[in-house]
Amino acid sequence: MSDRVHYTPYHPKWYRRKMSVWWWLEQWRYTKFVLRELTSIPVAWFVLLTLWQVRALVEGEAAYQRTLLWLGSPALIILNIFLFGGVLFHAFTWFNLAPKAMVVRVAGKRVPDIVIVAQNYAVWIAVSAFVIWIWMKVS
Amino acid sequence: MLKRLTPLLWFLFSAGGTVAALVFPAHMFVTTIAVPMGWLDAPSYASLLDLVRHPLTRLYLFVIISLPLVHGAHRLRYMLYDVLKLKHLTAPIVAVCYGTAVVGSAAAAYFLLNLP
Repeated sequence: MSDRVHYTPYHPKWYRRKMSVWWWLEQWRYTKFVLRELTSIPVAWFVLLTLWQVRALVEGEAAYQRTLLWLGSPALIILNIFLFGGVLFHAFTWFNLAPKAMVVRVAGKRVPDIVIVAQNYAVWIAVSAFVIWIWMKVS
Repeated sequence: MLKRLTPLLWFLFSAGGTVAALVFPAHMFVTTIAVPMGWLDAPSYASLLDLVRHPLTRLYLFVIISLPLVHGAHRLRYMLYDVLKLKHLTAPIVAVCYGTAVVGSAAAAYFLLNLP
């Protein structure tokens, strides 16, 4: 043959074990992680609830009263209590994760995690108190 | 293009998560547990409308609707990638997740600008 034939060395694909879709059930650590990420669903639910209430306000008094009735139905209260637990779980894991996600250094030394976590909770209590105060003023 | 948007999306994710963590427990407790259970009186339509008409309240409501929606969309997207191994469905997942966030934010803006 006149032209050069180009050979490549044959190598089969490296063997990779297939990861099961249920990998997150194999260890409690993984399951806790997935549960934490799943709290995005209760958060989205409450956002949609808030949007629904704003819509009722725009539509008028009758719509507003109907929404209040709907929110007061036992099924919805039970569902919301359950999902409220999810929102609380989101808040707790979020505040506890903050110092690990962003390291704050003051004068070259790393601020201890507990200080950041304590500040987070302090701000949370202040904001919550303010929100509840506004609600009490309007009702 | 998604690669260039990723830092912005993570920023919105963290902003939404912080808003949700700080504000939602109190707000949700009042509107979905305390008021329906009768521990707190439900605000009358007129007084609640007065409160919501204030520009700061409108801003507050818009922020607590739009940012946590982006947060949830972002988290759901990565959950579908990692937990359910759906990385090959990137295009529809991105469209549905962030599309919902955009539609929800647009709806919130529309309602908050058209209060009676």
